[in-house]
Amino acid sequence: MADVKEHTTPKPVVQSAGADEPAVADRVHVWPYLVRNEFICSIIVMVILTVWSIVIDAPLEEPANPTQTPNPSKAPWYFLGLQEMLVYFDPWFAGVVLPSLIIVGLMVIPYVDVNPKGNGYYTFRERPFAITTFLFGFFFLWISLIITGVFFRGPGWNLFWPWETWDPHMVIALTNVNLPAWGPLRWMGNPKIAGIELIGLVLIALYFSTALVFYYVKRDTSDTIRQLGPVRYGIVAFLFLTMMSLPIKAFLRLAFNIKYLWVTPWFNI
Amino acid sequence: MPNLSELKKRIVESQLWRSMFRHGYPDTPRNRVLQIMANVWLHLHPPKIRRHAIKIRFTWCMGGVTFLMFLVTVVTGVILMFYYRPVAEYAYADMKYLQYDVPFGMIMRNMHRWAAHGMVITVWLHMFRVFMSGSYKPPREFNWVVGVVLLTITLLLSFTGYLLPWDQLSIWAVTVGTNMARATPFVGSEGPFGEVVGVTPRYDARAFLLGGTLVGPPALLRFYVLHCIFLPILISLLMIVHFWRIRKDGGISGPL
Repeated sequence: MADVKEHTTPKPVVQSAGADEPAVADRVHVWPYLVRNEFICSIIVMVILTVWSIVIDAPLEEPANPTQTPNPSKAPWYFLGLQEMLVYFDPWFAGVVLPSLIIVGLMVIPYVDVNPKGNGYYTFRERPFAITTFLFGFFFLWISLIITGVFFRGPGWNLFWPWETWDPHMVIALTNVNLPAWGPLRWMGNPKIAGIELIGLVLIALYFSTALVFYYVKRDTSDTIRQLGPVRYGIVAFLFLTMMSLPIKAFLRLAFNIKYLWVTPWFNI
Repeated sequence: MPNLSELKKRIVESQLWRSMFRHGYPDTPRNRVLQIMANVWLHLHPPKIRRHAIKIRFTWCMGGVTFLMFLVTVVTGVILMFYYRPVAEYAYADMKYLQYDVPFGMIMRNMHRWAAHGMVITVWLHMFRVFMSGSYKPPREFNWVVGVVLLTITLLLSFTGYLLPWDQLSIWAVTVGTNMARATPFVGSEGPFGEVVGVTPRYDARAFLLGGTLVGPPALLRFYVLHCIFLPILISLLMIVHFWRIRKDGGISGPL
């Protein structure tokens, strides 16, 4: 409404446009200052895009052939992070649950970040946890998994250096085992009996309960936890621990050849 | 050597100029506001904004470039639609036709493809910028949520478009992608509890996406409709909300 008023009731004062009005020195006219930027920016981007499109052709391979599966078959590059997660998790978790949690987790950020500082300007010191977590998730997990998928995965989804020839006959001996069958635990006997399989469930429960322990230890001393409150804290802790489960599982797989922690007839984790 | 304003004055006062333009355009604050308010394409902006909002170092122009990339994909996409048939027998041949016979066909396809990839990158960088500058904080929480949905639709638009050339790259990339739907808990035939609730490969989440058990002609048609009608309409509606909310939430964020 204020805008319309300004437009319908002409102000008697006509100032030269270049002059700074001291009362509203913080504000500038959109025309020309912003529109000019947008215009120049669009031109530059369009020139880059046009030249790029003239020089580099979009890929087109042989016609679709359902009887001939390429090896490797890769998803579009922006989904290779998800495809890379398939190495470490069951498909239902890597392909459905984790992507959904990424989307939901991004959505809840403004509702669980109760820190009023850092609103509308760049700062690291005033919000170290938020920025560190985001940088870790965005660069270390998402972007580096994509880079791995694009440049380092070859036939059989094996790891290759970018300059290495893809040898489709390369055989990687699969020595991966599930946790109940893992060497140091084997003395406990056949995992199918005596509930040894449940060790994974216990470990996962312990892993997530660290958040609970941390809450009860820190709630009296930490201002952050007091401001968050139990519900917000629970959401943040759950999402954070779920996110950290990816590097943890990658480490377990690469260092100890452990495939799944908990195997049930219905799903694996 | 006259300076620029003197040169401008000389041009504007010349007989030639005055013979063409009967009125001047005085550069007054009122005219600057009217330029925005009275123009259908520009009135999305407020007449004035805070000084820091025009700093490229603050915004990196990433939201705007994302929108520009979207416009490029819409324009080139409509042009491609004149030549492309979403039928398994013709789709690949139409790509070759675009490549070799249609005037500027290949460059239209290239621009469509690269702008789509560019849009994925710029939308990520936009999100990154908004996060780093804390611009999702109150009162802009809901617009961040809308933004996350827009990001998801951007990825889905790219993904559905991937199938349309109907080459090896297309069908196998989409096979990989949709195989994940098969693993959805409860509604995927190979997902947890899928068997328990009686979901079969013929009637599960993946079959719903593909219109069959394989990436075949029905999948091509479904992805085409999603890519050219359903998702563009959805993303347009949400973009309107996104842009409208920027203004309603007090313009682009800045230190309070």
